[in-house]
Amino acid sequence: MAGLVRAGPVFSALGDETRLALVARLCAGGPQSITRLTAGSDVTRQAITKHLDVLAGAGLVHGVRRGRERVWELDTDRLEEARGYLEKISKRWDSALARLRKYVEE
Amino acid sequence: MSTDKIEKKIVLKAPRSRVWRAIADAKEFGTWFRMELKGSFAPGARVRARSTEPGYEHVTGDITIEKVEPERLLSYRWHPYAIDPKVDYSGEPTTLVEFRLEEVAGGTELTVTESGFDRIPAARRAEAFRMNDQGWAEQLKRIERYVSA
Repeated sequence: MAGLVRAGPVFSALGDETRLALVARLCAGGPQSITRLTAGSDVTRQAITKHLDVLAGAGLVHGVRRGRERVWELDTDRLEEARGYLEKISKRWDSALARLRKYVEE
Repeated sequence: MSTDKIEKKIVLKAPRSRVWRAIADAKEFGTWFRMELKGSFAPGARVRARSTEPGYEHVTGDITIEKVEPERLLSYRWHPYAIDPKVDYSGEPTTLVEFRLEEVAGGTELTVTESGFDRIPAARRAEAFRMNDQGWAEQLKRIERYVSA
């Protein structure tokens, strides 16, 4: 579990380790039902549902009804969009520093 | 890979005193950063800022100065990328920006870091799924192994 402790901050978006694990499972295994997501975990189905609702609220996953069950899927559009945020800030620094260079070297 | 910070390092062909002035003097800072600043950079000071960047003139915000160590370090807190006029950023956590200066052969090495993104709502998702060269799917698989270990 030491690895998880180190990786924890990376996933602070997910608030806690259960949600982190859920996203990891959806990422690695594709869309899945709650039954599959609950399998092998000691977290109750009810708790998993709650966590999925939190993730859905953040736009990270969405549920699709398939027959009697709801299948949960990662929302990659939202992830892609979110990814751009830090890149934008990073680029903004690049151009600011290019202007600083010009300013002090001239 | 840092999970929480952006770091930039450049060597400027200018003496340390010159670089320091360009960073620590609010007026000079505003010139190259493209911001109009009301106030001066002193520890604890809150400086009102307005962007002068073409297309972003509507952007205003506060910069709170933390440390001023002449020719070595200037740090402040602000709201990163707070450019949406419809959003009130004042309740959100700030990031810490640090400018560190070091004398090197041929000039001054400047290291800029902006940290604290883990607590910024918009950045949190981004940081959590930030891709490195291997892509986030790979990263997540790695995490999954940690989780299930």
